[in-house]
Amino acid sequence: MSSPETWTHPEPGAVPAATAAQPTPEQVIAGLRATTEGGTELTQLLTPEGERVASPIFDGFVSDIGAEQLRGLYRDMVLVRRADREGNALQRQGQLGIWVPLLGQEAAQIGSGRALRPTDMAFPSYREHGVAWARGVDLKDILGIFRCTDQGSWDFQGSRLHPYTIVIGNQVVNAVGYAMGQKFDGKVGNASDEGKAADSDEATITYFGDGATSQGDVHEGFVWSSVYDAPVVFFCQNNQWAISEPTERQSRLPLYQRARGYGFPGVRVDGNDVLACLAVTRWALHTCRNGNGPVLIEAFTYRMGAHTTSDDPTRYRLSEELEVWRLKDPIERVRAHLTRTDGADQEFFDAVDAEADEFAAELRDFCVNMPDPPPERIFSNVYADPSPALDAQRDSYLSYLAGFESTAGEG
Amino acid sequence: MTATMSRNAEQTSQGTQTLTIAKGLNLGLRAAMEADNKVILLGEDIGRLGGVFRITDSLQKDFGEERVLDTPLSESGIIGAAIGLAVRGYRPVCEIQFDGFIFPGFDQIISQLAKLHYRSEGRIPVPVVVRVPYGGGIGAVEHHSESPESLFCHIAGLKVVSCSNATDAYWMMQQAIASDDPVLFFEPKRRYWEKADVDMTAEPAPLMASRLVRRGDQDTANRATLVSYGPQMRTCLDAATAAAEDGVSLDVIDLRSLSPLNLEPVFESVRRTGRLVMVTEAPSESSISSEVAARVQQECFYSLEAPVHRVTGFDTPYPPAKLEEYYLPDLDRVLYAVDQTLAY
Repeated sequence: MSSPETWTHPEPGAVPAATAAQPTPEQVIAGLRATTEGGTELTQLLTPEGERVASPIFDGFVSDIGAEQLRGLYRDMVLVRRADREGNALQRQGQLGIWVPLLGQEAAQIGSGRALRPTDMAFPSYREHGVAWARGVDLKDILGIFRCTDQGSWDFQGSRLHPYTIVIGNQVVNAVGYAMGQKFDGKVGNASDEGKAADSDEATITYFGDGATSQGDVHEGFVWSSVYDAPVVFFCQNNQWAISEPTERQSRLPLYQRARGYGFPGVRVDGNDVLACLAVTRWALHTCRNGNGPVLIEAFTYRMGAHTTSDDPTRYRLSEELEVWRLKDPIERVRAHLTRTDGADQEFFDAVDAEADEFAAELRDFCVNMPDPPPERIFSNVYADPSPALDAQRDSYLSYLAGFESTAGEG
Repeated sequence: MTATMSRNAEQTSQGTQTLTIAKGLNLGLRAAMEADNKVILLGEDIGRLGGVFRITDSLQKDFGEERVLDTPLSESGIIGAAIGLAVRGYRPVCEIQFDGFIFPGFDQIISQLAKLHYRSEGRIPVPVVVRVPYGGGIGAVEHHSESPESLFCHIAGLKVVSCSNATDAYWMMQQAIASDDPVLFFEPKRRYWEKADVDMTAEPAPLMASRLVRRGDQDTANRATLVSYGPQMRTCLDAATAAAEDGVSLDVIDLRSLSPLNLEPVFESVRRTGRLVMVTEAPSESSISSEVAARVQQECFYSLEAPVHRVTGFDTPYPPAKLEEYYLPDLDRVLYAVDQTLAY
């Protein structure tokens, strides 16, 4: 049996094999992972050791990234990692109901997030704290989701970051609809003859994981975007695990190759390489803005932490795997590159660490002082046009609650 | 396109027209599309074909392929893309081809459409209309005759309405599209070709209001209130006419808004008549008819002369169409229930 990547139409006269002829688990895994590096088609610009690798295709999309910009990306990643660590701690201390760690995925999120223009739109799932940061969202405004005081309080339209979507894959079709709107609004394909995208042109990016690729909504999003040439980048963070299920439970072939079946480009990028994620996402957004339709990016990365603070990954994966990925840390490779190219000194790294600690302290201080919402909030904003029936239900309940207060006063 | 639009604008200003429900919906869609170029239609076969029931007839020809989209066969995609378009500032109107095909879109309706306004604390309105031809009586195969409206009434954040006549078809469609809330718009498909004189200039009734459409004679003890909506309104009105010949006087109320319910006119009527018969095609268990019964007994307890009676589809899947005449409430079953309630 050939591997899924090389499967072709049967030879004339061929009959189905008498015995099971599906690829072996080893073949599937080999195809999905190719190697622990992600395979020969993995786009990488910075090796885990911090060495810059030339890419004739993508170098042009990061020609403006010098030492100063790399230091900025480094700082972004350190800050969100530190915020993430604080999120875990706040959960363990009972200040958050749950936290969804991004540890290990900083490069995928910062690289892609920093590729966006302010006028581009992003539809996240629920782990995209790094994308939120890159969009200029104050991370304090995502804490309410996990403290269960609200469901996100940032300026969704101003920041062009849609609310977190918790149902797996739902946001992908929503993003496609938004991108169709960008196209209908004439904000696509206004490039100059030289192919330079117009400043007014827009694109949409949507984030989802390897598990979500099994959802019907992701499939439908792929179909819709391709038939309407919607300017949408499907940014799949393949972190290898959907809670306890490995990628081979979702797919026979590498995820980026699915794009071929829908008729648009699929690219696998080293998701732990912030420079490569920036370059590939910029390229993808550019091709979207120019009216070429969608692109699938598979950011090949690893979830270094638990799925959420409620999860225990020691029940389903080996620590050896973690050790392999620890050597490919997204932050360390930038640090190594900056150090070996004299792009930054120890003073810079220390200053970023100090800033990160301060940043985390601010988050903590904000979090522990967040007030609980008042009970009437239950009834707010169910409808845009108020419902008299619901208002009556609210009033009845509030007067019931008020009864306790007056009783307490009498006591 | 301009000529067509002005011709229709002229038509709509000429006072009364005789319209089918289907044409009322079509003209309502057209008027909304003319009034606001952010109104776009999405659905399967709604463009070139004009929809399997022709509700969107000629709209793609007049408004173009970017405003009337023949979509992939993908209901979750239809609802999900409409949500994204709404976030972008559009006012999408989705057509679900038949009632029984809405379920692939159920997740998007429940998880996103109904909740995005709430989740965003009012910062993201989702003005999406989902049109659903529903109900039986057309001799169709499975999944083409269902009445799933109660499922959506259970979901906070959605408005659920149903029209029963051409006037409401014309106006409610425009009002639903103008609403900043998501609206599930249930269309009584077996009544699509019923005609009525529609006053195109009269001030329409509010969208989210039920309406007393026939007021019975008050000077008789033999009286009751019939409450229904959508396809069973015709049955109820016919029943009221037949009952009047037998000296039984019936108020008839069209709920129109199924969620949130507007039951004040029902309470007002039941306080006068003391008797209520609720008629729906949908099965009875945990349904709109259950809700109306519960609320009426709470609000009108001392006025009731008899328990609330319900005439509904049975608590079964919709049967093969050769059996639907037994399944669907009809004139006789409604009158039988009226007799029962009067017997108390």
